[in-house]
Formats: sequence, C-alpha cells, structure tokens
Amino acid sequence: MKKFAAWILVLVLGASSTTAFGFPLKAVDTPNDKGNNVTLSWPAQPHPPEQWAVLRVEAGKTYAAIDTIGGELTGYTDETAKNGVPYQYRLAGLGAGGAGVFSEDSQPAVPEPSWFDTGKLNVFIVITLFLALVLYYIGQAQRGKQWSFRPIAGLAAIEEAIGRSTEMGKGVLYVPGVQDIDDIQTIASMIILGNVARMTAKYETPLMVPANSPAVYTVADEVVKGAYADVGRADAYRSDMVRYITSEQFAYVAAVNGMMLRERPAANLLLGAFFAESLLLAETGHETGAIQIAGTANVHQLPFFVVACDYTLIGEEYYAASAYLSKDAKLLGSLKASDTIKILLVLTIVAGCVLLTLGNHTLAEFFATQ
Amino acid sequence: MKREIPLLISMAAGIFVLIGFFVPHPAIRDIYDDIQGWVIIVVAFTYVLGMANLLRINTEQIQRRAKDWPYKLALVLSLIATMIVGFFFSRGSHYLDDGTGFSWIYLTFYSSMSSTMFSLLAFFIASAAFRAFRVRSVEALLLAVAALILMIGRVPIGNAIHPAIPQIADWLMEIPQNAAKRGILMGAALGVIATGFRVILGIERTYGEGGGT
Amino acid sequence: MSAFFANLRRLDRRWIFLTVGLLVVVPLLTGFHIAPVLPSARARGFYDAIEKVPPGSTVLLAGDYDPGTIAENYPMHLAVSRHLMRRNIKIIAVELYPGGPPLADQVLHIAGAEYKKREGYDYVNLGYKSGNEAVMSAMGSAGIPRTFPADRSGTPVGQIPVMKGIENFGQIAMIVSVSAGYPGTKEWVQQVVSRYHVPMVAGVTAVSAPEYYPYLQAGQLQGLLGGMAGAAEYEVLVKAPGLATRGMDAQSLAHIFIALMIILGNLAALPQRTPGAKK
Repeated sequence: MKKFAAWILVLVLGASSTTAFGFPLKAVDTPNDKGNNVTLSWPAQPHPPEQWAVLRVEAGKTYAAIDTIGGELTGYTDETAKNGVPYQYRLAGLGAGGAGVFSEDSQPAVPEPSWFDTGKLNVFIVITLFLALVLYYIGQAQRGKQWSFRPIAGLAAIEEAIGRSTEMGKGVLYVPGVQDIDDIQTIASMIILGNVARMTAKYETPLMVPANSPAVYTVADEVVKGAYADVGRADAYRSDMVRYITSEQFAYVAAVNGMMLRERPAANLLLGAFFAESLLLAETGHETGAIQIAGTANVHQLPFFVVACDYTLIGEEYYAASAYLSKDAKLLGSLKASDTIKILLVLTIVAGCVLLTLGNHTLAEFFATQ
Repeated sequence: MKREIPLLISMAAGIFVLIGFFVPHPAIRDIYDDIQGWVIIVVAFTYVLGMANLLRINTEQIQRRAKDWPYKLALVLSLIATMIVGFFFSRGSHYLDDGTGFSWIYLTFYSSMSSTMFSLLAFFIASAAFRAFRVRSVEALLLAVAALILMIGRVPIGNAIHPAIPQIADWLMEIPQNAAKRGILMGAALGVIATGFRVILGIERTYGEGGGT
Repeated sequence: MSAFFANLRRLDRRWIFLTVGLLVVVPLLTGFHIAPVLPSARARGFYDAIEKVPPGSTVLLAGDYDPGTIAENYPMHLAVSRHLMRRNIKIIAVELYPGGPPLADQVLHIAGAEYKKREGYDYVNLGYKSGNEAVMSAMGSAGIPRTFPADRSGTPVGQIPVMKGIENFGQIAMIVSVSAGYPGTKEWVQQVVSRYHVPMVAGVTAVSAPEYYPYLQAGQLQGLLGGMAGAAEYEVLVKAPGLATRGMDAQSLAHIFIALMIILGNLAALPQRTPGAKK
C-alpha cells in the first residue's frame, strides 16, 4: 500500500512542473569515498511523517522513488548514483502525517570518487612525519652518528641462552607465535629468527622451529637456510629444523609441548603473537628446566609470560629486537625515529589533555578517528 | 638479482597498500582489493608445501623408528583418514555441514581435544600462581594485591564478601590497567609502523632474502 | 613451621591440579551454590543496547569462536540469541571460524524452538567464510549477498525471506560479536564500526576482555561481556539462567584457590629469601 502511495506521488510530482515546497534539502557528493554516493541531509521536522520517500531525478528525466526510509531520520546516502551525473533529490512524506509533506528540490549534486580520504588526514600527517624522521635518522646513521639505547635484559639474554644450550649439548626451541605471515608480529619474529639462526649456526646449536602455518614454515625455512649460509655454515643446515605442525591453535600447542617434553631444549624462545596458549607453553617449558625468553605485543598474554618466563619483551621492545640484535646502523636509526615520534606523541597527549581541561576540543577532535 | 627482486616486490606492494589506505578512488582501491585477494590465493598454495613437509618429516621418523614414532604414525594415519573422509565422504564443499563424516571427526575428536587443551589453562594458572608469582619488590607487591582483588572481585563471591571488592576490581581494570595498556599499545603501534617502514624501504632484509645482511 | 614451609616448597604440582579439578567438578555436579550473580555495568550496557534495537530490525550475529572456547562463548551466544528472538529481532548469523557454524546452528535452533521462530523467515545462518578481515570488508563494499551468496545449507540468499532488502551494513541495526580472539571483535570494530558506524556489542573471552575496554570507553562498543562471568551476568539480565550461571560457583571456588596459591607460594619462599636476592 505504501509503495503504491509513493508511486502515485511520483506520477503527480512528475506531471507537475512546479510543486509547493517545504523544508530545505541538501545534497552533496559523499566525501572520501570511491564514488557513486550522494549524501542528503535535512533539518529535523517538528511533526515528521511515518516515512519518507526519497525521490531522485537526472537531467531530462522525471522524478523516481529510489528508497523509503524512516520518518525520524535526518540523513540518507544514495549509493546507487553514477559518477559524473548530476542528480537532484526531493523527499515526500508517506504514511501517517505524510500527506502533502515534502522538501524543496535539492541543488544538483555530482558524485565523484575522492583521491584522498580527508578523514584520515591525522593518520597521514603522523605517518609522513614518522617516515621523514626514519629517513632523517637513517641518513644520520649512515654518516656515522651513534646513539645509546637502554639495555634490554631479554635481548641480551638471547645469546646467553643459546650459549647455555650449546654448553649443555641441547637445542634451542624457537616458537614464532600462532599467527600467519601477514601479521606484523610474525614478520618481526622471522626477522629475529634470522639473527637467532646466525647464532645457532656459529655455535653449532641444534635449532627447532615449529611453524603454525605453511606460509610461516616457508618463510622461516628460507630465513634459517639463508642465515646458516650467511655465516658460512650452510653444511650445518638441516631441512627438518623448520617444520610445519598445524594451523589449529591448540593442536599446535599440544605438538610444541610434546617437542619440549621429548627434545628437552635448554632454551625456549617464544617470540610472536600468542593467545590463550601462552601459559600452556610457558609452564610446560618451565617444567623441562629451560631458560625462557618470551616476547609479544598481545598485551593480554603479557602477564602470563611475565610470571612464567625468565625474560619478557613487552610490546615495542619486541619490535626493537632486530635492531638490538643486529646492531645495524640503519635499524638503530629507525629505532631512534620511533623514540622521537613517541616523545612528540606524549607532548601532543599532554597538550590535548590541557586543552580539553580548558574546554578546547580542537586537538582532540583532530586526532579522533570516528 | 636474487636479493633485489624480492625487495622490489615487497617495496612496490608495501607502498601501494600504504597509499591505498588513504586513497578511496577506484583507480587505486580496486587494485588494493585485488592485492588482498592475491594474498589469500598465494597463502592457499603454501598449504601444499606445508603438507609435504609434514608428511616427509613424520614418515622419515617412522621409518627410522625415532623416539615416540607410534605418535607420528597416528598423526600420519589420522591426516590421511581425515583427508579421505573430507574429500570423498563429506558432500564436497558442504564438508562442515551437520551429519557429514568430516563434521563427525571434527566434533568428536578435534573439538573435544581442543577444549581439553584449553581447560588445562585452569590447572596451569594455579600452578604458575603458586610457583612463580613471587613478591620480590614493591611493584610485584602491587601486582599481587591487584591480582588478589581482581580474582575475588570478578566472581560473585567477591560481592558477597563486600560490595566494595567488585567496585575496586572494576576501577583497577578501567583506570590504571587501561592507562598502562594504552601506553603499551601505543608503543607497540609505533613499533609496528617502524617495522613496516623497515620492510617497505628494504632496510630489514632478513626475512626477505633469507638472512642476508 | 619450617617443616611445613619445606614441604610446601616441595609440593608436587599434581596436588594443585587435583584440588582445582575437585573445586570445579563438585559444584557443577552437586549444584552447590555460593553467591548470587550481580550484573556489571558492562553487561547492563550490552543488555540495554539490545533493548534499544526496534523489533523487526535485523541484527548481524557474528559467532567467531570454535569449540575451544565453548565454555565462555557458547552461553553468551545462546543468551543473546534468546534475547534477540524474544524481542522479535531478525538474526543474520555469520562465522569466521571454521568450527563456528555447528555451534551457531545449535544456538539458533534452541532459541528458535523456544520462541517459535522459523529459520529463513526470522533467522538465517550464512555459515563460515575464510578470509578474516577481508570478509568483513567485503560485506561492506561488495555487499552481504555477494559475500555470502548462499546460507549454510546452500539456499541462495535471494530465496531467503529474512535476507530480503539486506544489501550491506546500511540495513543492519546492530552487530553482535561473540568472539574468541582473532578474527573477532577488534576486527569488526576496525573494519565495520569505524567505517559504517553500526552500533556494536561484544561478548569475548575473559582473558581478552580488558583489551576491549578502550573501545567501550570510546563508544565504539555499547556493551561488553567478559568470559563466563559476563555470560552469567547477561543470563541474569535476560532472566534465562543457564550454563554460565551454573559455572560461576565453580569459578568462585577456583578463583579463591588461586588467590590462596599466590599467598602460599610467597609464604613457601619466605624462609629462603635473603636480602637483595633477585631472580
């Protein structure tokens, strides 16, 4: 019945060239989108109808109803428009209280795709600043500038743990987390694995790397092989050092626990993204008497690692590991950039808090993401 | 070239995806969406390699009667049996539907064992609490007190002992815990960005070119 | 006393395991009751958000968990299905864990039978789709029918009455995320809430609940259930006490025992401690 009423209205409006108008209707190209969208807005009505019929017209054609929406709404996005085509809109009231209620015709709006999402300007500025700082400090590092960084006990302990394993004639177990290769924590873990593999190659320590996904297995295998070749110990590399276990979380944990209990590694390096299995791994590792170094950016697992492991790398310490272990000047330069941007962010937070306390929301609103 | 090509590919893909985050125009966004689809396809192919590795290592250990080789045999036989049931006796792409052989294997074996492994956490938390939670400093004392309040406050008995306990527990979670967590998250986010830049700019090469410096 | 501490230091952890096991099993088997469940502000937010959804609306129910976290997620999944159906809200269920669909089917059928709702007309389970966040993103950009062209039983969505008019998130009144981890609540917030501004509530495992407090405070989540305790609080609010409420007594005893273990562990270490000794 309502649809019928809308069509009657369309015919009436289409037939008449001028119609009595009510409230203003604004139509604009929806910003920050890939096109085909026009956003309508109108002031709230004191006595809104039960529903609105959204009518649309292109040049040379008649108005047609494209949608029916709730009467309480004051905005609508037409997602069926074509880019480059000017459209005009009109609202017509339907149902109870809708008879004779309609808006003015909107100004023509032409939907176009946007080249830049202005809603992400704040992110763009910070990213650009960060990139500029990274390039600047890398340049400085290449010119011989050196910085001092605070020692991180967990990272210093990695080489110590590998040495201990060598003395005891036992192996090192490296667990790269339970996420796939597209997770940045797993990528960071692969980077650290390269450094660890160079150490185990030098010391001739057995290395075991159980991978939870085939992609991680493929990358880890290449990393280990390359690391052994790098230090001239390609002959010591064995293809069963890295093995694919399973992608299922608890099946993977069961398998790794089994490896810990059977192989009895002297050092367990739990570096990557972990979830509920973190304590299962850490406790089992402790039972075998291994020294355990864990690192993750999953904050909800950090308490378990802090309690159950000998050393824990927390959040950014984990991401800084490759720079610390390799001592590569360019990597240390990027670490310096991280620290600098962090100081700037802290100052921004303080400034934002002060401004908010004084009633000024500008900075807070600029950094809001929704 | 063995080093340069992977670096160029990761640099190009990384820069494109980074730009795609800021540019909604279909000229960029459609390719961005396609790249995400390519990732899924490439990862799917790696399952073949993973399966081959799994079978090779375990069959070698079975052949040489390595330690606990019966478990390896059980693994290989389970793998083959599940694959046969899943491919040929489980209604094709509806293999997870109720009543299929695969669904029966999954619910009867895997779900039960998975839940069992997860439930081990309860036991391990108790033993870790006894063994490792040592108060050796002021910070550790604060941590222990907060843990005790939260342990009691998050269950109904906390409110039964005193209504203030769950309120203090909620305050601890909402204010100090949130503040610390946000600090860690922000630092970790900067670490993520830095790592991403290092990979895109080709400075971090370890994972890409097999450990070379 | 020193003998007691010495024995405590040598305590085999299997005694701890046995005690935990008994403290959990005995209340579940005997129905031993300790204290009533009091709903928290977060659970109330979850309940109130669903109460605000108009009857006849359509809600997306994302059951992103598998049997591994069934104890925490299943009770909240069932309770929210009951709540939605009681309010005559239509449900479109999706799962991003391969083990999720049978669990979603189970809760929808149980709640559907109780409230006389018909599959296909009042609710539908679109099933599992691999791709994690890409699926969420595709539901918004390509549309829900194109991302899930058929439901779990293979019926094309064009033939399912409850899917009529559903194109993308514009027609979804709320997202209810029952999540075990990844992919889950955080990805729904990042991919959908921040882009399409759909209201959302979430039920998550207890260990990951603190991770979502910032989203709750920022208004990206209207309510949050944390673990079995959160599920029990919600069951009390919807007046349908179930598995979670029964489990809270066992959980209370287990928590008290773990608190005791922390204290005993430190007492056991006390006589051995020398000034300045560090690990």
